[in-house]
Amino acid sequence: MTGVTVAVGGIMPAYAIGILSSKAMEAIGRNPEATDGVRTTMILGLAFAEAIAIYSLVAGLIIKFV
Amino acid sequence: MPHISIAAEKIGSVFGLPITNSLLATWIVMAMLIVFSIAATRKMTLVPTGIQSIAELVVGGLYDFFTSVVGKHIKQFFPLIASFFIFIITANWFGLLPGVGTVGFFEHGKFVPLLRGATADLNTTLALAVISIVAIQYFGFKTVGFHYSRRFFNFKDPIYFFLGILEIISELSKVISFAFRLFGNIFAGEVLLTVMAFLMPFIAPLPFMALELFVGFIQALVFSMLTAAFLNVAVSHGEGGEV
Repeated sequence: MTGVTVAVGGIMPAYAIGILSSKAMEAIGRNPEATDGVRTTMILGLAFAEAIAIYSLVAGLIIKFV
Repeated sequence: MPHISIAAEKIGSVFGLPITNSLLATWIVMAMLIVFSIAATRKMTLVPTGIQSIAELVVGGLYDFFTSVVGKHIKQFFPLIASFFIFIITANWFGLLPGVGTVGFFEHGKFVPLLRGATADLNTTLALAVISIVAIQYFGFKTVGFHYSRRFFNFKDPIYFFLGILEIISELSKVISFAFRLFGNIFAGEVLLTVMAFLMPFIAPLPFMALELFVGFIQALVFSMLTAAFLNVAVSHGEGGEV
């Protein structure tokens, strides 16, 4: 049950993080001067996407340990 | 493998109030920060030396960084968001120190660690999240005035009324997302480190330790930066026209 929770909950965040990073790389490649701004915004976006995976992880841990 | 508990364990009580191991860790982190601040500002000189230059480096770096996020409101917000950052990063890294979570005592045949990472307890992160959201509303009312309440209660037309309801829900969900993001990351990190240490005690946990240092930094950054961004939204509400 724990494994399924994390596996299913991890699909979309992984996809979102992939899109975010690839777009940020693209932006940096096009405009290297904007690296700092793009990086901070990307990390914020990554944190939002990752939070979803973390929720499923917490749910999984609760199923396992409580 | 030790039993992993999601809630912090009780290690004692003062006047009937339970003292948990993560509360003790929070106090130690607070004491460390207070002692550091006093030591850094006790003998201030124009040309900083030693501990004062470290403190100036940290505060100056944070000031420049947050200026790029909140702009002209930085003087108002800086104490709050910089405190968030410094406290959370210290608490996160404190949980990685050797002895935290491993030194403890046995009670009724169950191992109770004396210390536990301060942010690996949902109560701590929930408290931080509530402070953050209350501060956002406070600064909103202080800067925009009574007009700020229109963000939530607007009876001018039905669309704005329902938007207000959505805003209220989104403020409440911010508390949950702030609290769970920080707690989930740090607690998951601790579980990961424990599992790794019992899977392969030497060398293997090292890269994960480095990862947790990075995660601790990123989560502190994310918490303070999100607070800064939401504060910015709150104080600029209604600047661009009548809403």
